[in-house]
Amino acid sequence: MSASSEEYMEAIYALTQNGRRASTSEISRRLDVSPASVTEMLKKLADSGYVNYSPYQGVTLTPEGTRLAGKMVRRHRLLERFLHDLLKIGNDRVHKEACEMEHALSDETERALCQTLHAPSKCPDDAALIPACDLAFSSCAECRRFRGKNLEEIGRRDANLVCVGSLGENQEGTVAFIRGDNRTLRRLLDMGLTPGTRLKVLRVAPLGGPVEIEVRGSRLALGDEIACNIFVKKDEAATAF
Amino acid sequence: MKHYHHETGLRNRARNRHAQPHGRHLTFALAGNANVGKSVIFNHLTGARQSIGNWPGKTVERATGTLRVDGYDITIVDLPGIYSLSTFSQEELVSREYIAHEKPDVVINIIGAPVLERNLFFTLQLLEMGIPVVVCLNQMDIAAKQGIEIDSARLAAMLGVEVVPAVATAGRGIQELIATAIKVGENFRRNIPGPPRYGEKLEGVIGELSALITSAGLTEEYPSRFLAIKLLEGDNAITGAISQRAPQVAEAARRLSQEIAAACDQPAFMVITAERYALASRIAREVQQKKAARPSLADRLDRIATHKVYGYIFSLLVLAGLLAWTFTVGAYLSELLAQAFSFLSPVEPQFTGSLWSIALNGLYGGFVAGVTLVVPYVIPFYLVLAVLEDSGILTRIAFMLDSAMHQIGLHGKAIIPIILGYGCNVPAIYGTRIMASRRERVLTALAITFAPCTARTIIILGMVATFAGIHWALALYALNLLIILGVGKIAARITPGELTGLIMEMHAFKVPSPRVIFNQTWAHTRSLIITVFPIYIIGSAAVQLAYALGWLEPVNRAMSFLTSGWLGLPLLAGTLLIFGAARKELILLRAVALAGSDLLTVFSREQLIVLALVGAIYPCFATAGVLTREFGGKTAWAIIGSNLAVALIIGGVFARIFGL
Repeated sequence: MSASSEEYMEAIYALTQNGRRASTSEISRRLDVSPASVTEMLKKLADSGYVNYSPYQGVTLTPEGTRLAGKMVRRHRLLERFLHDLLKIGNDRVHKEACEMEHALSDETERALCQTLHAPSKCPDDAALIPACDLAFSSCAECRRFRGKNLEEIGRRDANLVCVGSLGENQEGTVAFIRGDNRTLRRLLDMGLTPGTRLKVLRVAPLGGPVEIEVRGSRLALGDEIACNIFVKKDEAATAF
Repeated sequence: MKHYHHETGLRNRARNRHAQPHGRHLTFALAGNANVGKSVIFNHLTGARQSIGNWPGKTVERATGTLRVDGYDITIVDLPGIYSLSTFSQEELVSREYIAHEKPDVVINIIGAPVLERNLFFTLQLLEMGIPVVVCLNQMDIAAKQGIEIDSARLAAMLGVEVVPAVATAGRGIQELIATAIKVGENFRRNIPGPPRYGEKLEGVIGELSALITSAGLTEEYPSRFLAIKLLEGDNAITGAISQRAPQVAEAARRLSQEIAAACDQPAFMVITAERYALASRIAREVQQKKAARPSLADRLDRIATHKVYGYIFSLLVLAGLLAWTFTVGAYLSELLAQAFSFLSPVEPQFTGSLWSIALNGLYGGFVAGVTLVVPYVIPFYLVLAVLEDSGILTRIAFMLDSAMHQIGLHGKAIIPIILGYGCNVPAIYGTRIMASRRERVLTALAITFAPCTARTIIILGMVATFAGIHWALALYALNLLIILGVGKIAARITPGELTGLIMEMHAFKVPSPRVIFNQTWAHTRSLIITVFPIYIIGSAAVQLAYALGWLEPVNRAMSFLTSGWLGLPLLAGTLLIFGAARKELILLRAVALAGSDLLTVFSREQLIVLALVGAIYPCFATAGVLTREFGGKTAWAIIGSNLAVALIIGGVFARIFGL
């Protein structure tokens, strides 16, 4: 995939986060390219099976497209953190630098970067969520413990994950991955959020507030900084409407 | 495996028994999750025969009480409400060490029936410890309302322990619980349940490791199986202890835990937690039946309390209502009590005569002021706060205000001690113990010291509302909130460390139990009387003596560059502020005594506003004392220093604005 089609995928990923369809004009504005070039690229991406596109109705990512775009977004935002946290580069420049660097990042470097940065959850400039990795781990503790294992041995996840913080009220999912340090992980495990456990979002407080979930018959309030580190496999039934 | 017990446990118990030759003394520990009605049961059992202190060297409350029934002298120890025994918090460590070292005759595990599965996760960990356990299945009424039915006989059979269903708030099942616990405690040898069994692979590893532990003779305190599980989990305290005494065992544990990790593709502690939950889930499925229940009034109230818009309105109304109630009822009670006390003896401060009589007058005056000016305000405050807490309303407010609290580097739970600070700072600072990390405790305490307590509110009402208008008093309250926000924001930025996120149980709304409310109110009031009153009484006598001896005059003169130069106040303000450090409301009372009841003859309106503003920010001696006790001198002085600095800066700025 070319660097430019990767940029398109990232833009569509960002624009469709709230569950809407992205329009051609939004994409053209975001990437600063002409609407005609956008249409052309969207057709190409649709042919490759990454996006669902029909003229005048906007565009969404296919599951495969979501996986690839999520990966690019993750690399971009991890690089932003790296530039900001370790190299002390200002927030005004991290975005542009990361855009240049992200296309050259390998899977191994991405993983090493994530470990070095202690699995960050938000990017430094606009506090957007850093998506989870696609390795078949259920916690960062495993990634650290199996540091020596190469990526083929570890394998990939079969499904796209979303974080609990991005679920809507009454949506359900199955815990697949918990990001962060062991302390938080153990607290969450003790409260019953072991991998494979089903949970349901009951309430979402506005203004970046906590979410209330139901898990194992108990109800928990999770602050945003916790909710954005719990990743679930979303129920199909809940997404199809 | 049913007969797996730790021999030394029996030895210890035998020794305890030896000390009590009649065998009539028993110790029961209450253990369980938070919000399962543990304190209701504790209060029901022990009534007024309680003593509350700290666990040695820990900032965790230790509550014990006694009970006499059927000729038995029973000591009840209420362990903190916890979800696990993995020693991630002081509460968990205290509980585990208490059970291991002091060997209570029976551990009564209180389970909240509406949340059976998560509670059983903790029960399984208690059973791993190889101790006599009786399960109390509490809150059966709430469970029934939610359409949950539990077969307690089946649960008893599956766990291998006695299970007593109860509705503690109505007193149902408590007698049976104690009778069962006595029966189990008397026959403790036969009543140690078999430990829970997990998956085959895990059991193989546990068996291998516990054999090693037994042959190395490491089982004085904990049974070998429990030690094996904790070593595999990588428990810090236990791994450290074993590494020193038997490095070969710790080494084997490391190897075996890697074996499990490799076999299950997960770190061993996750495997073990998942196995425990799998078992808890299996038992829960087996013994409980859920029917769909009609949405109750509680559910509807819950939807409003956490609604996107109404939730905020609800939270603000509750908090404003709490303060309005406190000062309406407080003023009324205060009046009543003041009349009763002035009937006994006049409490006008005395500054002439023998030093002895001045000191006595100061002590008595401090006592009377405490009784007539503090107690009548804090009791209605604590009463309603206890209702808010026990019913679950406070949890919803914490949920709604979580993102606002992020502004000052805290999460929603911190709102609970901060609200408590509007009554009196001292119990509120103890209340910061609910926060997970020291950093969060210190930041919460800092916010609390800026919260206008009842005594400070008396100054604001008496000086500002009376002479400058109620809108100025409300403006000062609003300004105070801004100060908390601003100082909190700066403090959060300069205090190293990160925010640990909010993980809070949202227990079901319930009708609060009068017994719990009474006890909670009493606990807060007692904490105030024990820690605040002595400082309050001695402080007011000391300040009065110093004044009579003329010692305050040089201090007042030395401070005059601040009081009259910087703050633009009359010279006597320095003395008032010194009095205020002993007892906040003395600022108002002394001002009235020196200037007459119409304060406007000596002060201008603007000066009263500045004086009340400054007086409402800097802390009193009692607050300074409790800060030092809880956080150590350095942190306490940092907080007090920031209070003084903010008081002077804001006061000075206002003096400039007013052109004083």
